[in-house]
Amino acid sequence: MKKTMTVLAKDNRLDDVKNFVTENLEAEGCSEKTLMQLELAVEESFVNIAHYAYPPETGTVTVTKELTDDGLLIVVLSDSGTPYDPLKKPDPDLTLPLDKKPIGGLGIYMTKKSMDKVSYEYQGGKNILTLEKKLR
Amino acid sequence: MKTTVQKKSSSIIVAVEGRIDTTTARQLQQQINTLAAETSHLILDCTELEYVSSAGIRVLLAAHKTMSQKNGTFSLTKVSSEVKDILEITGFSEILL
Repeated sequence: MKKTMTVLAKDNRLDDVKNFVTENLEAEGCSEKTLMQLELAVEESFVNIAHYAYPPETGTVTVTKELTDDGLLIVVLSDSGTPYDPLKKPDPDLTLPLDKKPIGGLGIYMTKKSMDKVSYEYQGGKNILTLEKKLR
Repeated sequence: MKTTVQKKSSSIIVAVEGRIDTTTARQLQQQINTLAAETSHLILDCTELEYVSSAGIRVLLAAHKTMSQKNGTFSLTKVSSEVKDILEITGFSEILL
């Protein structure tokens, strides 16, 4: 079953979006660790849109979630902001010492590491970011 | 997120409960900035810390830099395996005690 919610792309809607994505997943056999990985990926993706897609104006983000029969959770975040493919950003060099470690690009890197698959497309004037994670 | 501060003669321990995320990171950042001026050794007790996002990691890194600049130390203690996983993904686990 597919569920959809649309919210303003603002930090103060983050908890609503996280709750929307993770609600009832424990009953579907999702482990604590997977729930946290989902929370992380959703936060990083949503906040990225909230901070960069529309400012100085505001706009909305539509979040869709679908759990397939074989336990694959597909979360799609779409916005009508500035076209931007976060996956094009090179991975940060995390081998550098703590003092020199880069902070930029960390969020999308954490998203990629937490999910099984992350993909991006620009279609119909929308940025469409798809997160996929096998729950069981 | 809730914090409890314990001031000792040689260090300050900040116990963090809950989540360091986009909505709470700034609050912790401000608190750390104030406390960093009062000690050379700042320790974050993470027994009750459930979650850290990149916004939280940014705060940890800034705290590490601030303390290093004054020849002090900043470290994390009693980190749960879940939070440790996140720090390891990002190569930040060396900040752990």
